[in-house]
Amino acid sequence: MDTIYSIRPLLAVLVTMVASVLILLTGDRSKNLRESWTILASIVKFLIVFSMLPLILQGKILEYTIITLCEGISLQFRVDAFGMIFGLLASSLWIITSIYSIGYVRGLSEHAQTRYFFCFAICLSAAMGISFSGNLLTLFIFYEILTIATYPLVIHKETDDAVRGGRKYLVYTLTAGVAILFAIIYIYSLTGTTDFSAGGFLAGKGSAGVLVFLFVVLILGFGVKAGMMPFHEWLPTAMVAPTPVSALLHAVAVVKAGVFGCLRVILYVFGPKLLHDLGLWLILAYFAAFTVVVAGLYALAQDNFKRRLAFSTINNLAIIIMGAALISKSGIIGSMFHMVGHGYMKITLFFVAGAVYVKTHKEYISQLNGLGRQMPLTFGAFAIASMGIAGTPPVCGFISKWYLCLGALEAHEIIFLFVLLTSAMLDVAYFFPIIFNSFFKKPTEDDVKSHFDEAPMMMVIPLVITAIISLILGVFPNAFFHYFEIATTAAQAILGGA
Amino acid sequence: MNLQAPALIVIVPLIAALIALLLGYWKKSLAYPVTLVALFASFLASLSTLKTVITSGVIHYRMGKWAPPWGIEYTIDHLAAFVLVIITFVSFMVAVYSRKSVEKELPDKIVFFYPVFILQIVGFLGIVITGDLFNLYVFLEIASLAGYALIAIGEDGAPLASFRYIIMGTVGACFYLLGVGYLYIVTGSLNIADLARLLPELYNSKVVLVAFSFFLAGIAVKMAVFPLHIWLPDAYTHAPSSVTALIAALMTKVSAYVLIRVMYTVFQPSFSIEMIPVTVILCWMAAIAIIAGCILALAQTDLKRMLSYILVAEVGYILLGIALANRAGLTGAILHILNDAFMMLCLFLVVGAIAYRLDTREISEFRYLHRKMPFTMGAFVLAALSVIGIPPTCGFFSKWYLILGAIDARQWIFVAVLLVSSLLNAILFFRVIEYAYLEPASEHNGEGHKKIITQEVPFSMLFPILVSAAGIMTLGIFSGKIISTIIQFAIPASF
Repeated sequence: MDTIYSIRPLLAVLVTMVASVLILLTGDRSKNLRESWTILASIVKFLIVFSMLPLILQGKILEYTIITLCEGISLQFRVDAFGMIFGLLASSLWIITSIYSIGYVRGLSEHAQTRYFFCFAICLSAAMGISFSGNLLTLFIFYEILTIATYPLVIHKETDDAVRGGRKYLVYTLTAGVAILFAIIYIYSLTGTTDFSAGGFLAGKGSAGVLVFLFVVLILGFGVKAGMMPFHEWLPTAMVAPTPVSALLHAVAVVKAGVFGCLRVILYVFGPKLLHDLGLWLILAYFAAFTVVVAGLYALAQDNFKRRLAFSTINNLAIIIMGAALISKSGIIGSMFHMVGHGYMKITLFFVAGAVYVKTHKEYISQLNGLGRQMPLTFGAFAIASMGIAGTPPVCGFISKWYLCLGALEAHEIIFLFVLLTSAMLDVAYFFPIIFNSFFKKPTEDDVKSHFDEAPMMMVIPLVITAIISLILGVFPNAFFHYFEIATTAAQAILGGA
Repeated sequence: MNLQAPALIVIVPLIAALIALLLGYWKKSLAYPVTLVALFASFLASLSTLKTVITSGVIHYRMGKWAPPWGIEYTIDHLAAFVLVIITFVSFMVAVYSRKSVEKELPDKIVFFYPVFILQIVGFLGIVITGDLFNLYVFLEIASLAGYALIAIGEDGAPLASFRYIIMGTVGACFYLLGVGYLYIVTGSLNIADLARLLPELYNSKVVLVAFSFFLAGIAVKMAVFPLHIWLPDAYTHAPSSVTALIAALMTKVSAYVLIRVMYTVFQPSFSIEMIPVTVILCWMAAIAIIAGCILALAQTDLKRMLSYILVAEVGYILLGIALANRAGLTGAILHILNDAFMMLCLFLVVGAIAYRLDTREISEFRYLHRKMPFTMGAFVLAALSVIGIPPTCGFFSKWYLILGAIDARQWIFVAVLLVSSLLNAILFFRVIEYAYLEPASEHNGEGHKKIITQEVPFSMLFPILVSAAGIMTLGIFSGKIISTIIQFAIPASF
């Protein structure tokens, strides 16, 4: 495989770091200038990432080594197909989220806006660093930066609830970070390297017992951010954060970073063959399947809009991990594509929750009756995205579910097919009442208007765009970003080596 | 110049101490610039020495051209040169900082402060640079006596704290001296290189064993290894701000240096590791120090006191690295000498700055602090993240090597201790950060905030804080480079 030496990955990471400094320097003095840094950085970042796409599609890998951290490990960026998927997803969604954020914080005249945009920019740098990391240590460095940079966003409101949520978030993620660190050092001690390689590099490097132990530690460690049960508790609690943050947490950066880490471990550290030999894949798949079903059931019981979405996120993340754990070609493709599809769909849903909150200050599903007539664009987008998550064609969720189901069949484990179908049913069960009630039920709250009265356009336009993208990706999975093609390339690299 | 650089490192400040006193009597304001110039010169000399050591190996400098083992020899290898640069840099930074701080805390003792301050640094430098065990004792006493004096001029309670430190410190120094004496009895030599050559034949002698034990006990007191740390929190809490910043950053580090010298240069690693189970005992002491230090720190409401207990835990890290007795562990320990010096420097300077502005160090009084002193608090957060061990700050990398060392040694309990201590540190520091950064929503009702005017400390205090904070980041990123150019040569060849 061709490796090209290129500084572009570093630039993609640095752009938002620079922007964060500019944001801090500009401060509250000129809000428009400050926000223009955010928008400018997001567009530049996206263009840099996008410019690497053609090379990746040719099967090349872009590499940039910054400095040696310790013998055998460098601070190194290595953009491969899988990293590209996450990079594209995060950078494209950031543009939209930035616009939405501006609408949101101004709509609510939030406090500490400088801190907010500063941390946001750092988070995106960290997310980009995670996606382009060439080895476990580099990934871990950015992973921890992400943890720390998200904390001020979670406690943004500074209420007692928010502070509690923030503490919980730190306790979970820092503990997980420590576990991951331990495993990384252990791997380094065994092999002298932590470089990712498609198909894994750990085979034969330790006794079966040690490898199993390391796998468990790493998956549980990354699984915390990915919301794997029973370590998901921080996620619904962190819902006290402002909605764009939740959107960022849930659809773009944080939880996806956890999932990304899990997938890197499964596919690029251990590799399909080793997992098969150790028999771990099936156990992990069952473990994930448990989360899939239970999180779906939990979601049914939530009345708080954002909490329901949170449990839906937990459910979908587990689906992604389950797909990868099946280590069949279709499973991996489906899993990677679902990472993308879920990103666009879930961010739409959170945007909707935020738009509803800004416009009407309603946080509970039982208050939404009849609101669809007042905010038809918002709820229209909601309908598209939620159907997509349930796997209804022609939204992109259908394609990923299709491949995931194929993956279950290729792995000869019919049970996961049923898990996926059950989960789809549950999705329908907890999303359709919202669609139905908002459009067809009589308003139960007095302040619901019967005429068109939408949230600020800076919020509505982004959520309509993401809904449309989810729709387009469902019909043309290769539209714009070639996501499907990249996922296939990645899957081939992983399984080809095995 | 280059040839004499090793001597200048010590002599320039030593003479400057006298000049500062004389000029200070004549004109009060002159003591400060003299101190600055001397310490900066010393810093440059140590940098040049480090460069020489890197390019052409160990330097042997004979005082007055007397040949060892009769004359006193300065031996500067990679480890010594490395620690010398740390000492001179840190003390220069503290010196810059101390002008405003001393003017406020000790307005009528300015003239006495600087000479003693310099003497303390001379003591540190001498300990590191000398190649002679007895000479080392002399410098150890210079550093300690200066330290007692500097601590005693602090706030209320300082004289008592200093007195307790004198008792403990003198006992420690006596132990060390006894060790030197025993070795002199059996070998007739005080030169470290000479001793290293003579001792292996005597490894079975009880006298040597006793000497070794005395050394360890003496150094452990000076290094404040738990449970011999009891003098430290009081002394460091009550001392003047700039004094605490200096000794917290350096005293324990220099003692750690002495420990490494005694265990792995005077005695061969094979003796220290295999003949008696001392590394096992030290590992456990270190583990207990780490956990106990963190837990005791949890109970403190005074930030300076809390940091003093954290320092006890940090000493535990260094000790653990030394006692793990493998390559990675020792790399971690030596790297942590550097990193911890910077972290403690930054944190204690910040505490001093806070006390300078708020006249209190109670954590619960820190509300709105991030808007009163944004840069100071920014530096504090960075240093805190480093102590917790969040990459890419330097604290992460020393932790990385320490954990690697513990894994290589298959010591799972110590791995667990290191990991858990990260979490304890996180609790400790986020508590402070919450107080300093959060403004309860009930106080502003989601509306605008109270208007708070920024009142940063004077630039001469802010500058060292920012430099040390920048250092924490830079050292982290360049730790690989530091290890490959300096530290890997500082580790005894047998590892």
